[in-house]
Amino acid sequence: MTPTLRRRLSAALALVPALALASACGGGDGDSDPLSAGGGDGDTIVVGSQDYYSNEIIAEIYAQALEDGGYDVARDFRNGQRETYLPEIEEGNIDLFPEYTGPVLQYWEPDTEARLADDVYAALEEAVPDGLRVLDQSDATDQDAYVVTREFSEEYGVTSAADLADVPVPLTLGANSEAESRPNGPQGLSGTYGVDVDFAPIEDGGGPLTVQALKDDDIQIAIIYTATPSIAQEDLVVLDDPEGLFLASNVVPLASDNVDDEAAAIINEVNAKLTADGLRELNVQSVEDQSPASTIAKEWLEEQGLV
Amino acid sequence: MNLFLDAWRWLATGSNWTGDGGAATRLVEHLLVSGLVVGIAAIIAVPLGVLVGHTGRGRTAVVLAASAARAVPTLGLLTLVALATGIGLTGPVVALVVLAVPSLLAGAYAGVESVDRVTIDAARAVGMTEAQVVRRVELPLAAPLLVGGLRSATLQVVATSTLAAYTADVGLGRLLFAGLKAREYDVMLASALLVVALALVLEGLLALLQRLVTPRTAAPAEHARPARNAHPSSTVAEKSPTERTS
Repeated sequence: MTPTLRRRLSAALALVPALALASACGGGDGDSDPLSAGGGDGDTIVVGSQDYYSNEIIAEIYAQALEDGGYDVARDFRNGQRETYLPEIEEGNIDLFPEYTGPVLQYWEPDTEARLADDVYAALEEAVPDGLRVLDQSDATDQDAYVVTREFSEEYGVTSAADLADVPVPLTLGANSEAESRPNGPQGLSGTYGVDVDFAPIEDGGGPLTVQALKDDDIQIAIIYTATPSIAQEDLVVLDDPEGLFLASNVVPLASDNVDDEAAAIINEVNAKLTADGLRELNVQSVEDQSPASTIAKEWLEEQGLV
Repeated sequence: MNLFLDAWRWLATGSNWTGDGGAATRLVEHLLVSGLVVGIAAIIAVPLGVLVGHTGRGRTAVVLAASAARAVPTLGLLTLVALATGIGLTGPVVALVVLAVPSLLAGAYAGVESVDRVTIDAARAVGMTEAQVVRRVELPLAAPLLVGGLRSATLQVVATSTLAAYTADVGLGRLLFAGLKAREYDVMLASALLVVALALVLEGLLALLQRLVTPRTAAPAEHARPARNAHPSSTVAEKSPTERTS
Protein backbone atom coordinates (compact mmCIF):
# COMPACT_ATOMS: atom_id res chain seq x y z
CA MET A 1 0.00 0.00 0.00
CA THR A 2 2.52 2.57 1.15
CA PRO A 3 5.19 1.85 -1.48
CA THR A 4 2.53 1.94 -4.21
CA LEU A 5 1.20 5.18 -2.88
CA ARG A 6 4.66 6.62 -2.73
CA ARG A 7 5.34 5.56 -6.31
CA ARG A 8 2.10 7.16 -7.46
CA LEU A 9 2.87 10.31 -5.58
CA SER A 10 6.31 10.64 -7.05
CA ALA A 11 4.92 9.97 -10.50
CA ALA A 12 2.37 12.69 -9.98
CA LEU A 13 4.99 15.06 -8.66
CA ALA A 14 7.21 14.33 -11.62
CA LEU A 15 4.39 15.56 -13.84
CA VAL A 16 4.32 18.99 -12.22
CA PRO A 17 7.43 20.43 -13.88
CA ALA A 18 6.37 18.84 -17.16
CA LEU A 19 3.01 20.56 -16.97
CA ALA A 20 4.57 23.85 -15.99
CA LEU A 21 6.86 23.55 -18.98
CA ALA A 22 3.95 22.74 -21.26
CA SER A 23 1.94 25.72 -20.11
CA ALA A 24 4.97 27.98 -20.37
CA CYS A 25 5.38 26.83 -23.96
CA GLY A 26 1.69 27.40 -24.58
CA GLY A 27 1.99 31.01 -23.51
CA GLY A 28 5.13 31.75 -25.43
CA ASP A 29 4.51 29.81 -28.63
CA GLY A 30 4.25 32.85 -30.79
CA ASP A 31 7.66 34.10 -29.81
CA SER A 32 9.45 30.95 -30.85
CA ASP A 33 7.24 29.75 -33.65
CA PRO A 34 5.89 32.34 -36.07
CA LEU A 35 3.51 29.81 -37.62
CA SER A 36 1.69 29.17 -34.37
CA ALA A 37 -1.51 31.03 -33.62
CA GLY A 38 -0.96 30.88 -29.88
CA GLY A 39 1.16 33.91 -29.14
CA GLY A 40 1.73 37.56 -29.71
CA ASP A 41 3.16 37.54 -33.22
CA GLY A 42 2.36 40.25 -35.71
CA ASP A 43 -0.55 38.69 -37.57
CA THR A 44 -2.59 37.26 -34.78
CA ILE A 45 -4.30 39.30 -32.09
CA VAL A 46 -4.61 37.38 -28.85
CA VAL A 47 -7.77 38.38 -26.99
CA GLY A 48 -7.91 37.54 -23.32
CA SER A 49 -10.64 37.65 -20.69
CA GLN A 50 -11.11 37.33 -16.96
CA ASP A 51 -12.69 34.27 -15.48
CA TYR A 52 -15.96 36.18 -15.21
CA TYR A 53 -18.86 35.51 -17.52
CA SER A 54 -19.65 39.14 -18.27
CA ASN A 55 -16.01 39.91 -19.11
CA GLU A 56 -15.84 36.87 -21.36
CA ILE A 57 -18.83 38.09 -23.35
CA ILE A 58 -17.13 41.44 -23.97
CA ALA A 59 -13.90 39.69 -24.97
CA GLU A 60 -15.85 37.48 -27.34
CA ILE A 61 -17.48 40.57 -28.87
CA TYR A 62 -14.04 42.12 -29.45
CA ALA A 63 -12.76 38.88 -30.93
CA GLN A 64 -15.64 38.43 -33.33
CA ALA A 65 -15.57 42.09 -34.41
CA LEU A 66 -11.86 41.76 -35.20
CA GLU A 67 -12.43 38.51 -37.09
CA ASP A 68 -15.09 40.28 -39.10
CA GLY A 69 -12.52 42.97 -39.86
CA GLY A 70 -10.20 40.37 -41.35
CA TYR A 71 -7.90 39.82 -38.38
CA ASP A 72 -6.64 36.50 -37.14
CA VAL A 73 -7.72 36.14 -33.55
CA ALA A 74 -6.62 33.73 -30.86
CA ARG A 75 -8.69 33.49 -27.70
CA ASP A 76 -7.07 33.15 -24.32
CA PHE A 77 -10.14 33.35 -22.08
CA ARG A 78 -10.87 32.70 -18.44
CA ASN A 79 -7.67 33.96 -16.95
CA GLY A 80 -8.02 34.26 -13.20
CA GLN A 81 -7.19 37.28 -11.12
CA ARG A 82 -5.73 40.60 -12.23
CA GLU A 83 -2.50 39.65 -10.45
CA THR A 84 -2.22 36.65 -12.77
CA TYR A 85 -3.15 38.00 -16.15
CA LEU A 86 -1.81 41.56 -16.12
CA PRO A 87 1.81 40.37 -16.12
CA GLU A 88 0.91 38.21 -19.14
CA ILE A 89 -0.42 41.29 -20.89
CA GLU A 90 2.62 43.34 -19.93
CA GLU A 91 4.86 40.64 -21.38
CA GLY A 92 2.96 40.77 -24.64
CA ASN A 93 1.40 37.32 -24.49
CA ILE A 94 -2.09 38.82 -24.66
CA ASP A 95 -2.83 41.74 -27.00
CA LEU A 96 -6.34 42.81 -26.13
CA PHE A 97 -8.19 42.53 -22.85
CA PRO A 98 -11.46 44.07 -21.66
CA GLU A 99 -10.65 45.78 -18.38
CA TYR A 100 -12.38 48.09 -15.92
CA THR A 101 -10.94 51.58 -15.50
CA GLY A 102 -10.91 52.02 -11.71
CA PRO A 103 -9.62 48.64 -10.58
CA VAL A 104 -6.93 48.43 -13.24
CA LEU A 105 -5.77 51.96 -12.44
CA GLN A 106 -5.51 51.00 -8.78
CA TYR A 107 -3.44 47.99 -9.77
CA TRP A 108 -0.82 50.22 -11.36
CA GLU A 109 -1.30 53.21 -9.05
CA PRO A 110 -2.51 52.02 -5.67
CA ASP A 111 -2.43 55.55 -4.27
CA THR A 112 -4.49 57.21 -6.97
CA GLU A 113 -7.19 59.58 -5.80
CA ALA A 114 -9.15 59.60 -9.05
CA ARG A 115 -12.72 58.38 -8.50
CA LEU A 116 -14.89 59.81 -11.27
CA ALA A 117 -15.00 58.16 -14.69
CA ASP A 118 -13.19 60.84 -16.69
CA ASP A 119 -10.54 61.49 -14.04
CA VAL A 120 -9.90 57.78 -13.73
CA TYR A 121 -9.61 57.38 -17.48
CA ALA A 122 -7.20 60.32 -17.77
CA ALA A 123 -5.07 58.91 -14.96
CA LEU A 124 -5.19 55.47 -16.52
CA GLU A 125 -3.89 56.77 -19.85
CA GLU A 126 -0.86 58.04 -17.96
CA ALA A 127 -0.44 54.92 -15.86
CA VAL A 128 -0.35 52.18 -18.50
CA PRO A 129 3.15 50.75 -18.96
CA ASP A 130 5.09 51.12 -22.20
CA GLY A 131 3.93 48.87 -24.98
CA LEU A 132 0.33 49.06 -23.82
CA ARG A 133 -2.44 51.60 -24.21
CA VAL A 134 -6.10 51.94 -23.34
CA LEU A 135 -8.63 52.43 -26.11
CA ASP A 136 -11.79 54.52 -25.57
CA GLN A 137 -13.69 53.78 -22.42
CA SER A 138 -17.25 52.58 -22.73
CA ASP A 139 -20.35 53.93 -20.99
CA ALA A 140 -20.89 50.42 -19.72
CA THR A 141 -19.80 50.05 -16.12
CA ASP A 142 -19.33 47.14 -13.82
CA GLN A 143 -19.06 48.67 -10.38
CA ASP A 144 -20.88 48.99 -7.09
CA ALA A 145 -23.62 51.58 -7.06
CA TYR A 146 -26.61 52.73 -5.04
CA VAL A 147 -29.72 51.12 -6.42
CA VAL A 148 -33.38 51.85 -5.63
CA THR A 149 -36.67 50.48 -6.93
CA ARG A 150 -38.42 52.19 -9.82
CA GLU A 151 -41.40 53.07 -7.57
CA PHE A 152 -39.13 54.72 -5.02
CA SER A 153 -37.27 56.61 -7.71
CA GLU A 154 -40.49 57.95 -9.22
CA GLU A 155 -42.33 58.64 -5.99
CA TYR A 156 -39.56 60.83 -4.58
CA GLY A 157 -37.96 61.94 -7.84
CA VAL A 158 -34.64 60.33 -7.00
CA THR A 159 -32.17 59.65 -9.80
CA SER A 160 -28.95 60.62 -8.05
CA ALA A 161 -27.52 59.95 -4.62
CA ALA A 162 -27.67 63.70 -4.05
CA ASP A 163 -31.50 63.58 -4.38
CA LEU A 164 -31.75 61.23 -1.40
CA ALA A 165 -31.32 64.12 1.03
CA ASP A 166 -34.79 65.43 0.12
CA VAL A 167 -36.60 62.13 0.68
CA PRO A 168 -38.97 62.66 3.64
CA VAL A 169 -39.09 59.04 4.87
CA PRO A 170 -36.45 57.22 6.95
CA LEU A 171 -33.98 55.36 4.77
CA THR A 172 -32.13 52.10 5.31
CA LEU A 173 -29.13 51.10 3.27
CA GLY A 174 -28.67 47.37 2.70
CA ALA A 175 -25.30 45.96 1.73
CA ASN A 176 -22.54 43.60 2.76
CA SER A 177 -21.44 44.35 6.29
CA GLU A 178 -18.08 45.78 5.29
CA ALA A 179 -19.91 48.68 3.63
CA GLU A 180 -20.69 49.98 7.09
CA SER A 181 -17.09 51.07 7.53
CA ARG A 182 -16.35 51.94 3.90
CA PRO A 183 -16.44 55.44 2.42
CA ASN A 184 -19.61 54.56 0.50
CA GLY A 185 -21.44 53.35 3.58
CA PRO A 186 -23.72 55.35 5.90
CA GLN A 187 -20.92 57.71 6.92
CA GLY A 188 -20.03 58.51 3.33
CA LEU A 189 -23.66 59.11 2.43
CA SER A 190 -24.04 61.41 5.37
CA GLY A 191 -20.76 63.25 4.92
CA THR A 192 -20.86 63.63 1.15
CA TYR A 193 -24.53 63.88 0.28
CA GLY A 194 -26.04 64.84 3.63
CA VAL A 195 -28.18 61.71 3.64
CA ASP A 196 -28.74 59.96 6.96
CA VAL A 197 -29.47 56.26 6.67
CA ASP A 198 -29.73 53.21 8.87
CA PHE A 199 -27.71 50.20 7.88
CA ALA A 200 -28.92 46.63 7.33
CA PRO A 201 -26.24 44.03 6.69
CA ILE A 202 -27.14 41.51 3.98
CA GLU A 203 -24.25 39.24 3.16
CA ASP A 204 -25.13 38.07 -0.32
CA GLY A 205 -23.22 40.74 -2.22
CA GLY A 206 -26.21 42.40 -3.84
CA GLY A 207 -27.75 39.05 -4.64
CA PRO A 208 -31.36 37.85 -4.48
CA LEU A 209 -31.81 38.60 -0.77
CA THR A 210 -30.74 42.20 -1.25
CA VAL A 211 -33.06 42.61 -4.20
CA GLN A 212 -35.93 41.02 -2.27
CA ALA A 213 -35.29 43.34 0.68
CA LEU A 214 -35.56 46.31 -1.70
CA LYS A 215 -38.83 45.02 -3.10
CA ASP A 216 -40.18 44.35 0.40
CA ASP A 217 -39.21 47.92 1.36
CA ASP A 218 -37.16 46.54 4.25
CA ILE A 219 -34.38 48.61 2.76
CA GLN A 220 -34.77 51.57 0.39
CA ILE A 221 -31.23 51.73 -0.97
CA ALA A 222 -28.98 48.81 -1.85
CA ILE A 223 -25.41 48.54 -3.04
CA ILE A 224 -25.49 46.33 -6.14
CA TYR A 225 -23.15 45.83 -9.10
CA THR A 226 -24.28 47.93 -12.03
CA ALA A 227 -23.95 45.00 -14.44
CA THR A 228 -26.07 42.66 -12.32
CA PRO A 229 -28.88 41.11 -14.38
CA SER A 230 -31.42 41.62 -11.56
CA ILE A 231 -31.29 45.38 -12.14
CA ALA A 232 -32.85 44.81 -15.53
CA GLN A 233 -35.02 41.91 -14.42
CA GLU A 234 -36.53 43.71 -11.43
CA ASP A 235 -36.60 47.16 -13.03
CA LEU A 236 -34.30 48.77 -10.48
CA VAL A 237 -32.79 52.23 -10.86
CA VAL A 238 -29.06 52.86 -10.56
CA LEU A 239 -28.46 56.23 -8.91
CA ASP A 240 -25.86 58.66 -10.21
CA ASP A 241 -22.93 59.23 -7.94
CA PRO A 242 -21.70 62.72 -8.86
CA GLU A 243 -19.23 62.91 -5.99
CA GLY A 244 -17.65 59.57 -6.81
CA LEU A 245 -18.23 57.64 -3.59
CA PHE A 246 -17.81 54.56 -5.73
CA LEU A 247 -14.71 54.15 -7.84
CA ALA A 248 -15.64 54.45 -11.52
CA SER A 249 -15.23 51.16 -13.30
CA ASN A 250 -16.03 51.60 -16.96
CA VAL A 251 -15.30 48.89 -19.49
CA VAL A 252 -12.06 49.78 -21.24
CA PRO A 253 -10.02 47.75 -23.72
CA LEU A 254 -6.39 47.32 -22.79
CA ALA A 255 -4.38 46.91 -26.00
CA SER A 256 -0.80 46.11 -26.90
CA ASP A 257 1.11 47.72 -29.76
CA ASN A 258 0.21 44.62 -31.71
CA VAL A 259 -3.30 46.07 -32.06
CA ASP A 260 -2.90 48.43 -35.02
CA ASP A 261 -4.92 51.61 -35.57
CA GLU A 262 -7.44 49.92 -37.80
CA ALA A 263 -8.08 47.21 -35.23
CA ALA A 264 -8.30 49.85 -32.51
CA ALA A 265 -10.91 51.70 -34.55
CA ILE A 266 -12.99 48.53 -34.81
CA ILE A 267 -12.84 48.02 -31.05
CA ASN A 268 -13.63 51.67 -30.33
CA GLU A 269 -16.71 51.46 -32.54
CA VAL A 270 -17.87 48.35 -30.71
CA ASN A 271 -17.15 49.85 -27.31
CA ALA A 272 -19.11 52.99 -28.12
CA LYS A 273 -22.22 50.89 -28.67
CA LEU A 274 -21.81 49.04 -25.41
CA THR A 275 -23.97 50.89 -22.88
CA ALA A 276 -24.65 50.14 -19.24
CA ASP A 277 -28.12 48.84 -20.11
CA GLY A 278 -26.69 46.93 -23.04
CA LEU A 279 -24.11 45.16 -20.91
CA ARG A 280 -26.81 44.20 -18.41
CA GLU A 281 -28.92 42.75 -21.20
CA LEU A 282 -25.97 40.64 -22.32
CA ASN A 283 -25.52 39.42 -18.76
CA VAL A 284 -29.21 38.60 -18.49
CA GLN A 285 -28.91 36.43 -21.57
CA SER A 286 -26.00 34.59 -20.04
CA VAL A 287 -27.64 34.08 -16.65
CA GLU A 288 -31.23 33.47 -17.72
CA ASP A 289 -30.83 31.63 -21.00
CA GLN A 290 -27.47 30.06 -20.23
CA SER A 291 -26.34 30.97 -23.74
CA PRO A 292 -22.62 30.62 -24.46
CA ALA A 293 -20.59 33.83 -24.77
CA SER A 294 -19.94 33.23 -28.48
CA THR A 295 -23.66 33.09 -29.29
CA ILE A 296 -24.50 36.15 -27.19
CA ALA A 297 -21.65 38.11 -28.78
CA LYS A 298 -22.63 37.10 -32.31
CA GLU A 299 -26.29 38.07 -31.85
CA TRP A 300 -25.40 41.39 -30.25
CA LEU A 301 -22.94 42.35 -33.00
CA GLU A 302 -25.55 41.54 -35.66
CA GLU A 303 -28.23 43.45 -33.76
CA GLN A 304 -26.01 46.53 -33.56
CA GLY A 305 -25.14 46.26 -37.24
CA LEU A 306 -21.48 45.95 -36.42
CA VAL A 307 -20.79 42.83 -38.48
CA MET B 1 1.14 32.79 14.14
CA ASN B 2 1.32 36.53 13.63
CA LEU B 3 -2.34 36.53 12.82
CA PHE B 4 -3.13 34.86 16.13
CA LEU B 5 -1.14 37.53 17.92
CA ASP B 6 -3.05 40.22 16.04
CA ALA B 7 -6.34 38.55 16.93
CA TRP B 8 -5.25 38.31 20.53
CA ARG B 9 -4.32 41.96 20.55
CA TRP B 10 -7.73 42.81 19.11
CA LEU B 11 -9.39 40.81 21.86
CA ALA B 12 -7.23 42.42 24.50
CA THR B 13 -8.19 45.92 23.39
CA GLY B 14 -10.94 47.14 25.66
CA SER B 15 -12.48 49.54 23.17
CA ASN B 16 -13.29 46.65 20.83
CA TRP B 17 -15.60 45.21 23.48
CA THR B 18 -17.67 48.26 24.28
CA GLY B 19 -20.19 50.25 22.34
CA ASP B 20 -23.06 49.39 20.06
CA GLY B 21 -21.38 46.91 17.79
CA GLY B 22 -18.73 45.86 20.29
CA ALA B 23 -17.70 42.31 20.94
CA ALA B 24 -19.59 42.14 24.24
CA THR B 25 -22.89 43.05 22.62
CA ARG B 26 -22.23 40.63 19.78
CA LEU B 27 -21.39 37.86 22.21
CA VAL B 28 -24.61 38.35 24.14
CA GLU B 29 -26.62 38.54 20.92
CA HIS B 30 -24.97 35.37 19.72
CA LEU B 31 -25.85 33.60 22.94
CA LEU B 32 -29.45 34.83 22.83
CA VAL B 33 -29.98 33.75 19.22
CA SER B 34 -28.46 30.35 19.94
CA GLY B 35 -30.64 29.98 23.01
CA LEU B 36 -33.75 30.99 21.12
CA VAL B 37 -32.99 28.50 18.37
CA VAL B 38 -32.24 25.59 20.70
CA GLY B 39 -35.34 26.48 22.71
CA ILE B 40 -37.64 26.42 19.70
CA ALA B 41 -36.00 23.25 18.43
CA ALA B 42 -36.43 21.58 21.82
CA ILE B 43 -40.12 22.51 21.96
CA ILE B 44 -40.55 20.79 18.60
CA ALA B 45 -38.19 17.87 18.95
CA VAL B 46 -38.36 16.69 22.55
CA PRO B 47 -42.12 15.96 22.82
CA LEU B 48 -42.06 14.34 19.41
CA GLY B 49 -39.01 12.26 20.29
CA VAL B 50 -40.49 11.18 23.62
CA LEU B 51 -43.77 10.25 21.92
CA VAL B 52 -41.97 8.19 19.31
CA GLY B 53 -39.73 6.56 21.89
CA HIS B 54 -42.65 5.80 24.21
CA THR B 55 -45.05 4.39 21.65
CA GLY B 56 -42.48 3.00 19.23
CA ARG B 57 -44.73 4.29 16.47
CA GLY B 58 -43.55 6.43 13.58
CA ARG B 59 -39.96 5.63 14.35
CA THR B 60 -38.95 5.05 10.71
CA ALA B 61 -40.63 8.23 9.55
CA VAL B 62 -38.95 10.30 12.24
CA VAL B 63 -35.53 8.77 11.64
CA LEU B 64 -35.84 9.40 7.91
CA ALA B 65 -37.07 12.96 8.36
CA ALA B 66 -34.30 13.72 10.85
CA SER B 67 -31.64 12.31 8.54
CA ALA B 68 -33.01 14.31 5.65
CA ALA B 69 -33.03 17.46 7.78
CA ARG B 70 -29.38 16.89 8.62
CA ALA B 71 -28.56 16.97 4.91
CA VAL B 72 -30.19 20.38 4.34
CA PRO B 73 -27.54 23.04 3.73
CA THR B 74 -28.20 25.72 6.33
CA LEU B 75 -27.14 28.68 4.20
CA GLY B 76 -29.34 27.55 1.33
CA LEU B 77 -32.36 27.13 3.57
CA LEU B 78 -31.67 30.49 5.20
CA THR B 79 -31.65 32.20 1.81
CA LEU B 80 -34.83 30.45 0.77
CA VAL B 81 -36.71 31.38 3.95
CA ALA B 82 -35.36 34.94 3.94
CA LEU B 83 -36.52 35.39 0.35
CA ALA B 84 -40.03 34.53 1.52
CA THR B 85 -40.06 36.35 4.85
CA GLY B 86 -37.71 39.25 4.15
CA ILE B 87 -34.45 40.11 5.83
CA GLY B 88 -34.15 39.94 9.58
CA LEU B 89 -33.84 37.10 12.05
CA THR B 90 -36.61 34.83 10.76
CA GLY B 91 -34.60 33.22 7.99
CA PRO B 92 -31.56 32.38 10.11
CA VAL B 93 -33.67 31.18 13.04
CA VAL B 94 -35.74 28.82 10.89
CA ALA B 95 -32.63 27.44 9.20
CA LEU B 96 -30.86 26.96 12.52
CA VAL B 97 -33.89 25.26 14.08
CA VAL B 98 -33.83 22.77 11.22
CA LEU B 99 -30.16 22.24 12.03
CA ALA B 100 -30.82 21.67 15.73
CA VAL B 101 -33.93 19.46 15.57
CA PRO B 102 -32.32 16.19 14.36
CA SER B 103 -29.86 15.93 17.27
CA LEU B 104 -32.50 16.75 19.86
CA LEU B 105 -34.98 14.38 18.28
CA ALA B 106 -32.48 11.56 18.14
CA GLY B 107 -31.47 12.17 21.75
CA ALA B 108 -35.09 12.17 22.92
CA TYR B 109 -36.33 9.07 21.17
CA ALA B 110 -33.14 7.08 21.61
CA GLY B 111 -33.17 7.96 25.31
CA VAL B 112 -36.76 6.92 25.89
CA GLU B 113 -36.41 3.88 23.68
CA SER B 114 -33.34 2.69 25.57
CA VAL B 115 -35.22 2.41 28.85
CA ASP B 116 -35.41 -1.23 29.90
CA ARG B 117 -38.83 -2.71 29.06
CA VAL B 118 -38.78 -4.60 32.36
CA THR B 119 -38.55 -1.29 34.24
CA ILE B 120 -41.50 0.12 32.32
CA ASP B 121 -43.54 -3.03 32.86
CA ALA B 122 -42.75 -2.84 36.55
CA ALA B 123 -43.90 0.79 36.62
CA ARG B 124 -47.16 -0.18 34.99
CA ALA B 125 -47.51 -3.11 37.36
CA VAL B 126 -47.41 -0.83 40.38
CA GLY B 127 -50.27 1.11 38.86
CA MET B 128 -48.66 4.08 37.12
CA THR B 129 -50.60 5.74 34.32
CA GLU B 130 -48.93 6.18 30.94
CA ALA B 131 -48.25 9.82 31.74
CA GLN B 132 -46.63 8.80 35.02
CA VAL B 133 -44.56 6.19 33.25
CA VAL B 134 -43.26 8.86 30.89
CA ARG B 135 -42.69 11.50 33.54
CA ARG B 136 -41.36 9.48 36.41
CA VAL B 137 -39.64 6.55 34.75
CA GLU B 138 -38.80 7.13 31.12
CA LEU B 139 -37.77 10.78 31.23
CA PRO B 140 -35.39 10.46 34.19
CA LEU B 141 -33.80 7.38 32.68
CA ALA B 142 -33.65 9.01 29.23
CA ALA B 143 -32.14 12.20 30.62
CA PRO B 144 -28.47 11.46 29.86
CA LEU B 145 -29.19 10.74 26.22
CA LEU B 146 -31.60 13.66 26.01
CA VAL B 147 -29.00 16.04 27.37
CA GLY B 148 -26.52 14.44 24.99
CA GLY B 149 -28.79 15.49 22.15
CA LEU B 150 -29.04 18.96 23.63
CA ARG B 151 -25.27 19.10 23.83
CA SER B 152 -24.62 18.30 20.21
CA ALA B 153 -27.49 20.55 19.05
CA THR B 154 -26.13 23.45 21.10
CA LEU B 155 -22.64 22.94 19.77
CA GLN B 156 -23.85 22.95 16.18
CA VAL B 157 -26.10 25.96 16.68
CA VAL B 158 -23.54 28.09 18.49
CA ALA B 159 -21.00 27.39 15.77
CA THR B 160 -23.47 28.10 12.98
CA SER B 161 -25.27 31.10 14.51
CA THR B 162 -22.68 33.27 12.82
CA LEU B 163 -25.05 32.94 9.85
CA ALA B 164 -27.60 35.06 11.69
CA ALA B 165 -25.53 38.02 10.53
CA TYR B 166 -26.19 37.00 6.93
CA THR B 167 -29.47 38.88 6.99
CA ALA B 168 -29.61 40.54 10.40
CA ASP B 169 -27.52 42.94 12.44
CA VAL B 170 -26.98 40.28 15.10
CA GLY B 171 -24.31 38.08 16.62
CA LEU B 172 -20.62 37.37 16.31
CA GLY B 173 -21.10 36.69 12.62
CA ARG B 174 -21.25 40.45 12.09
CA LEU B 175 -17.60 40.76 13.11
CA LEU B 176 -16.71 37.65 11.15
CA PHE B 177 -18.30 38.81 7.90
CA ALA B 178 -17.06 42.37 8.25
CA GLY B 179 -13.54 41.14 8.91
CA LEU B 180 -13.64 38.76 6.00
CA LYS B 181 -14.84 41.26 3.44
CA ALA B 182 -12.69 44.12 4.63
CA ARG B 183 -9.67 41.80 4.87
CA GLU B 184 -9.31 42.61 8.54
CA TYR B 185 -8.32 39.09 9.37
CA ASP B 186 -7.51 39.86 13.00
CA VAL B 187 -11.15 40.82 13.60
CA MET B 188 -12.28 37.75 11.72
CA LEU B 189 -10.06 35.40 13.68
CA ALA B 190 -10.89 37.13 16.98
CA SER B 191 -14.62 36.66 16.42
CA ALA B 192 -14.06 33.05 15.36
CA LEU B 193 -12.12 32.48 18.57
CA LEU B 194 -14.99 33.99 20.54
CA VAL B 195 -17.38 31.55 18.87
CA VAL B 196 -15.06 28.68 19.76
CA ALA B 197 -14.77 29.87 23.34
CA LEU B 198 -18.52 30.22 23.67
CA ALA B 199 -19.03 26.75 22.24
CA LEU B 200 -16.49 25.26 24.62
CA VAL B 201 -17.99 26.92 27.69
CA LEU B 202 -21.48 25.71 26.79
CA GLU B 203 -20.13 22.27 25.99
CA GLY B 204 -18.50 22.13 29.43
CA LEU B 205 -21.67 23.27 31.20
CA LEU B 206 -23.82 20.76 29.36
CA ALA B 207 -21.35 17.97 30.01
CA LEU B 208 -21.66 18.81 33.68
CA LEU B 209 -25.45 18.80 33.39
CA GLN B 210 -25.31 15.46 31.66
CA ARG B 211 -23.27 14.03 34.50
CA LEU B 212 -25.72 15.42 37.04
CA VAL B 213 -28.78 13.89 35.38
CA THR B 214 -27.18 10.49 34.86
CA PRO B 215 -28.92 8.22 37.34
CA ARG B 216 -26.77 6.13 39.64
CA THR B 217 -27.80 2.76 38.34
CA ALA B 218 -25.49 -0.26 38.57
CA ALA B 219 -27.79 -2.66 40.37
CA PRO B 220 -25.46 -4.54 42.74
CA ALA B 221 -24.09 -1.31 44.08
CA GLU B 222 -25.96 -0.81 47.36
CA HIS B 223 -23.35 -2.54 49.48
CA ALA B 224 -20.42 -1.74 47.21
CA ARG B 225 -20.39 2.02 47.39
CA PRO B 226 -16.60 2.45 47.61
CA ALA B 227 -16.02 0.37 44.51
CA ARG B 228 -18.54 2.40 42.56
CA ASN B 229 -16.89 5.60 43.49
CA ALA B 230 -13.58 4.25 42.31
CA HIS B 231 -15.07 3.42 38.92
CA PRO B 232 -17.96 5.78 38.44
CA SER B 233 -20.48 4.05 36.22
CA SER B 234 -21.58 7.48 35.06
CA THR B 235 -18.58 7.84 32.80
CA VAL B 236 -19.74 4.85 30.77
CA ALA B 237 -23.30 6.11 30.61
CA GLU B 238 -22.04 9.52 29.65
CA LYS B 239 -19.89 8.46 26.75
CA SER B 240 -22.41 6.34 24.92
CA PRO B 241 -25.07 9.03 24.32
CA THR B 242 -22.79 11.37 22.45
CA GLU B 243 -21.72 8.54 20.25
CA ARG B 244 -25.26 7.62 19.49
CA THR B 245 -26.56 11.06 18.86
CA SER B 246 -23.80 12.61 16.90
